[in-house]
Amino acid sequence: MPDQPVPRHSPRPPQARSDFEAILRAYERSGGNPEFLKSSKIASLIISGNTVLGLNRLPGISAEAETLPDGVRIRLQIAPGARFENPIHLCFGVVPAEGVQRILADFDIGAGAEVEFMAHCTFPNAMQVQHIMEGKIHVGPGATMRYKETHYHGETGGVEVLPKAQVTVDEGGKYFTEFNLSQGRVGRMEFDYVVDVGARGLAELTAKALGYGDDEIIVRETIRLNGEYARGLAKSRIAVRDHARSDVYGTTEGNAPFARGHVDCIEIVRGHAVANAVPIVKVTDDRAMVTHEAAIGAVGKKELETLMARGLDEETAVDVIVRGMLGE
Amino acid sequence: MENQDIVLQIKDLQLVRDERAILRGVNLTVRRGSVHVVLGLNGSGKSTLAYTLMGCSGYTPDAGTLILDGVDITKMSITERARLGLTLAWQEPARFEGLSVARYLSLGMKAPDMARVRQALEAVALDPATYLSRYVDESLSGGERKRIELAAVYAMQPKLAILDEPDSGIDALSLDDIAALIHRMAEEGTTVLLISHRDEVVAMADAASLICEGRIVDSGDPAWVCDRYTHCCEPCDRREIVEEEVAYA
Repeated sequence: MPDQPVPRHSPRPPQARSDFEAILRAYERSGGNPEFLKSSKIASLIISGNTVLGLNRLPGISAEAETLPDGVRIRLQIAPGARFENPIHLCFGVVPAEGVQRILADFDIGAGAEVEFMAHCTFPNAMQVQHIMEGKIHVGPGATMRYKETHYHGETGGVEVLPKAQVTVDEGGKYFTEFNLSQGRVGRMEFDYVVDVGARGLAELTAKALGYGDDEIIVRETIRLNGEYARGLAKSRIAVRDHARSDVYGTTEGNAPFARGHVDCIEIVRGHAVANAVPIVKVTDDRAMVTHEAAIGAVGKKELETLMARGLDEETAVDVIVRGMLGE
Repeated sequence: MENQDIVLQIKDLQLVRDERAILRGVNLTVRRGSVHVVLGLNGSGKSTLAYTLMGCSGYTPDAGTLILDGVDITKMSITERARLGLTLAWQEPARFEGLSVARYLSLGMKAPDMARVRQALEAVALDPATYLSRYVDESLSGGERKRIELAAVYAMQPKLAILDEPDSGIDALSLDDIAALIHRMAEEGTTVLLISHRDEVVAMADAASLICEGRIVDSGDPAWVCDRYTHCCEPCDRREIVEEEVAYA
């Protein structure tokens, strides 16, 4: 049975109040603005562990949250043609040092709707936390969905993050997603998104991560351009240093006439880190075209020396370049 | 010339790259507060001189001395030279994904000052409202990027700015605009070493030098140096054998 949604202003028991405040603080550390989660004019969903701490709907949004032993199942529907003044804010987190959070998300964006999500996932004290996200996303005909997810993991590296999504973009639909894990340690991350794009649809996947210590980053981005004139971009920006490791598999398939796709991967490596990039392009229709570019290496000499000629020391210059690439 | 009047002194600067002598004993003195043009054909060693002055990797001199404002900078890093007040506007500036114009211009300033950043953009005929939030990446045209490079140098208020071919490329600043920018820099105490293959730039110079095959062959009055360049270098039948300048990679 779905839980009763927790209204924003409902009195919370003391433990829930404490959790709510803790998750708001963590949300702020991950770059979110807690005021968004408190506003009645902004749709939001707050989940700590397997507890739904807040759910604020607006007209055009249908949402249910069901508690699971180790997480929450979310069903969210956007009405056809719906538009929103503000993004829908999502906050997922585990505040204690240990725990498992499994989010089973089912998003359905109605035909012609336009919606943007701002998700913050925060595990500020993690020593042994596992965050599993299994998403099923449907972007209806002519609809647009933008999803931006930012993580904050603390400094111990004790997090395992497994975001996985199966996305379907119908004819004329647009799907944009950006995943960013560049604050705090990564721990271990295995990102795995598969997107099927219909005729005249568009999908852009961007994954950004900064790994250090012994962090491990695996990115799998797959876009299948199955409809005529479908377009896709699988983009990744990864920086690793110390003994961190990154493996990026960007796959784009052109399976229909005039489909256009591109794989764009840049990885910056420092110290003893190891980076591996495997761009895969596959075309099954001779009128489709898919291209790829992948660059792995140190920061470019010219970029570095340009910033040093402004007076920055080498380490700061590298940091500016890497942070810029990661969109901070 | 009194020592305090000299901002840069280059003595017998030599550089060999890939077993080829690119700079073959450059001697040059730049007076404080001046606009000094170094004229030369493509392949004469102009840009190599600029990178060597800035201390770029791969451009460590094999011999010679560089004195900036009385300090021997020959063995200093780029950062140390920049902190002493030397900087370079690259002929083909680098691009930076995700780095905003506002931040890029602020990087070289002693303290962040948004008014100064706006002023710098206006000085290169770019509208701050349009450009402050743009990124210094592939979305800019070559000319826009060059203007932003000049703006960054202006914002930094260096003692000595090396401007490498600031007018080259489509959509770059016009010579009049460059003259105006250099005038503003001079008013704020920046000496300019302007490197170019276009003789028109001498109109904005207080002094000029002619570089040929990695040597300064003439220095002095800009009009006289320009005349030498026009009548000796441009028709020179040896220009075909001038070794290609090593491209900055």
